[in-house]
Amino acid sequence: MAQPVLTFTDRGIYCPAGEFFIDPWRPVDRALITHGHADHARPGHRRYLATHAALPVMRHRLGEISAEGIGYAEQRRIGDATVSFHPAGHLPGSAQVRVEVDGQVWVVSGDYKTTPDGLCEPFEPVRCHAFISECTFGLPVFEWAPQAVIADEINAWWAANAATGRASVLGAYSLGKAQRVLSLVDPGIAPILTHGAVEATNAVLRDQGYRLPDTAYVTPELKAKDYPGALVIAPPSALGSPWMRRFAGASTAFASGWMALRGVRRRRAGDRGFVLSDHADWPGLHQAIRETGAESIYVTHGYTDIFARWLNDAGWQAQVVPTEFGGTEDEADALTEPEAAS
Amino acid sequence: MKDFAALFTAIDQTTRTSVKVAALADFFRTARDHDKLWTIALFSGRRPKRAVNTTQLREWAAERAGLPLWLVEECYPIVGDLAETIALVLPPPSRQDDLPLTHWITTLRALHRVDLDARHARILDAWDRLDATERFLFNKLITGGFRIGVSRKLMTRALAQATGQDEPVLAHKLMGGWTPETTSYHALIEAPDAEADDSRPYPFYLAYQLDDAPEGLGKPEDWLAEWKWDGIRGQVLIRGGDHHVWSRGEELMTDRFPEFARAKDFLPTGTVIDGEIVAWDEDADQPLPFNALQQRIGRKTVPKKLLREAPVILLAYDLLEQDGQDLRDIPLGDRRARLTALLDGLPPEAPLRASGAIYFETWDALARTRATARDLRAEGVMLKRLDSPYLSGRKKGDWWKWKLDPLVVDAVMIYAQQGSGRRANLFTDFTFALWQDDELVPFAKAYSGLTDAEFNAITAWVRKNTLQRFGPVRQVRPEHVFEIAFEGIQPSPRHKSGIALRFPRMSRWRHDKTAREANSLDDLKDLLNAFG
Repeated sequence: MAQPVLTFTDRGIYCPAGEFFIDPWRPVDRALITHGHADHARPGHRRYLATHAALPVMRHRLGEISAEGIGYAEQRRIGDATVSFHPAGHLPGSAQVRVEVDGQVWVVSGDYKTTPDGLCEPFEPVRCHAFISECTFGLPVFEWAPQAVIADEINAWWAANAATGRASVLGAYSLGKAQRVLSLVDPGIAPILTHGAVEATNAVLRDQGYRLPDTAYVTPELKAKDYPGALVIAPPSALGSPWMRRFAGASTAFASGWMALRGVRRRRAGDRGFVLSDHADWPGLHQAIRETGAESIYVTHGYTDIFARWLNDAGWQAQVVPTEFGGTEDEADALTEPEAAS
Repeated sequence: MKDFAALFTAIDQTTRTSVKVAALADFFRTARDHDKLWTIALFSGRRPKRAVNTTQLREWAAERAGLPLWLVEECYPIVGDLAETIALVLPPPSRQDDLPLTHWITTLRALHRVDLDARHARILDAWDRLDATERFLFNKLITGGFRIGVSRKLMTRALAQATGQDEPVLAHKLMGGWTPETTSYHALIEAPDAEADDSRPYPFYLAYQLDDAPEGLGKPEDWLAEWKWDGIRGQVLIRGGDHHVWSRGEELMTDRFPEFARAKDFLPTGTVIDGEIVAWDEDADQPLPFNALQQRIGRKTVPKKLLREAPVILLAYDLLEQDGQDLRDIPLGDRRARLTALLDGLPPEAPLRASGAIYFETWDALARTRATARDLRAEGVMLKRLDSPYLSGRKKGDWWKWKLDPLVVDAVMIYAQQGSGRRANLFTDFTFALWQDDELVPFAKAYSGLTDAEFNAITAWVRKNTLQRFGPVRQVRPEHVFEIAFEGIQPSPRHKSGIALRFPRMSRWRHDKTAREANSLDDLKDLLNAFG
């Protein structure tokens, strides 16, 4: 049998024919990066390749890197492999990576969601022989409501707070979730304020031409009472910090797929939890896997053991991708890791 | 059930007590009387008898969702709540109507009368007619433990707001053996109180922990000191020629403790006494260790041998009712004088005796007496202001418990398991071990005492340091040392270590100690010899 197109090493997913890695977690010579989240785009590689749309944020986060851009669906030869990037629908610029060697096609999904959100490039299924899929929410308890329903919930919560002059502070990761929330809310309700980490990312994405509503950045001098009833978007970690003091009395909320679970919602101790995820839910994972036409499925990130067993029961050839920590599923790494989990 | 689901949602969407109380009060103003009655019942720990077991529920949910059973069972520990897991995996309802809460409870109660196939059909029918929140609540009604962030105290406060009645009056009305089947909202809440039945106890008055030195309490002569016994707080009622025994958890324990039947022979009707139920060592004239009482608690009917080996008595703290008169408003000093007069001179076979006051002139002297509490099998001392009324619930100011410092050992964590509910996905349940030569011998489990941040840190560590899995239990690298605090220590043939602890918890994470520096089993045996 021919050598597999991709192998799993202690540095991450590797293509022997092209001598490159995809989203490696230790420094390598050549890294193909699916998107800019910290657990996928790590510092220290010698050469980076990512979509034109993903690069500005990566440069913003990683500083001076030697990186090359590539258009969606543009084919490139690396060694004996042909690679191309295809929209993953996870956040602006995010991609799946297609790798072809001697007629064998493998696809690495990165993080993805199958339903369009109106902001990022919508997910496109890619036919392949083997599909390496994330499964952060690979359990049948996760099924997302349509985005419009969640948008209504967020707007109603914000409007009710604004009516009484209270601020509404929403915890959302600074890259991806924050901009998705911004694109969903009704800017007519009241002013929108952003934490510095969110605003810096907004600036990068606005420069690229992604359309976001007007926001004001929360400077140390900003007086909350000048913005009555404002919606404040901040990274989740800011909600328990001294930064929050200026919004005393605010209603607090989080937007994440994990908010589907009452236990997690209560542990977060915000007033509200909005079930808004940039990952595929249970039906979305199945749809994506079906549409690849792949015979072999490799699962990673999330409830991998359970999801692989389920796929095998359902007739696929499924295996778990070994992870950095000795090959066990690590559900709460997804819960605790800053950005993988949103 | 839409109004009840909306109430739940309002409560669940806030962390503010005032908002929860307002939502409940609003429900008590607008809902149907029967639904109000059931809501009061649910939030005071009363629930419909379980008609379906959780195994059946899982199977039926898997069948309805078109999923294998193992997959539903894998989801359960991750979600942390079976009722919620089932609500989440089921397909959307095919039709929806708005039948009241009471309708669904009645449906559940009626299941007892039909066979398993019919139960199955009715549960599936209910799931098919309820939306996600309603389903979750419906499942909660079946699986029990209706804890959704509303304490009985909050519920009582809301009811007071809605009805204009005083909170303590309502708290008293809600005590006792009523169920929604045996009363109505009108009889329980609205009718004049005289209609109450003879079995109804008074709400217990609970003390706060005294954290500072007692000097701050003022002059010693204003205070009564007595031993804080390690038993079950209880009330013995003698009314209408009958007797009733209630635990603080409002469990009727009359049959469990037949010794109290004789109380009627010694005390007049119309008497209610608050005290501590303890297993009593007649020869030593002091309580037996708590595990003697433990054997009694678990049994609804008591074999003769156990009645001989672990007889119970009430060490009486307070007199709440005499000659049918509620004495709770008169000063403690007067109540104690009446109690002493009532119990002094009773023969030794009477199942009650007064828990004596501790004489002391200075706080220092009391501190010295308190230090001897373990010798008497007491947990510490109680301090009660002599002019205090008998209030209801936990109130600060007049009553304090001044417990002994706990015993502690430094132990190594060897197993970890995930919690459930709010603690789902966090490792919160741990097994600890002590050294015996080069081996670690497990001796205690503990679940509490760490901060959220510490639970997060240990969870991340457990995931990366798992050596082996046994179902949900993970064996971890023996590396972390925790100080384990506990209230009492007893020999126990049922434990591998030969020792049982009372109320063990993690009092400190000993980052400063390596596993090798933890205590040995011999150290624990020394504690057993000194305090057991």
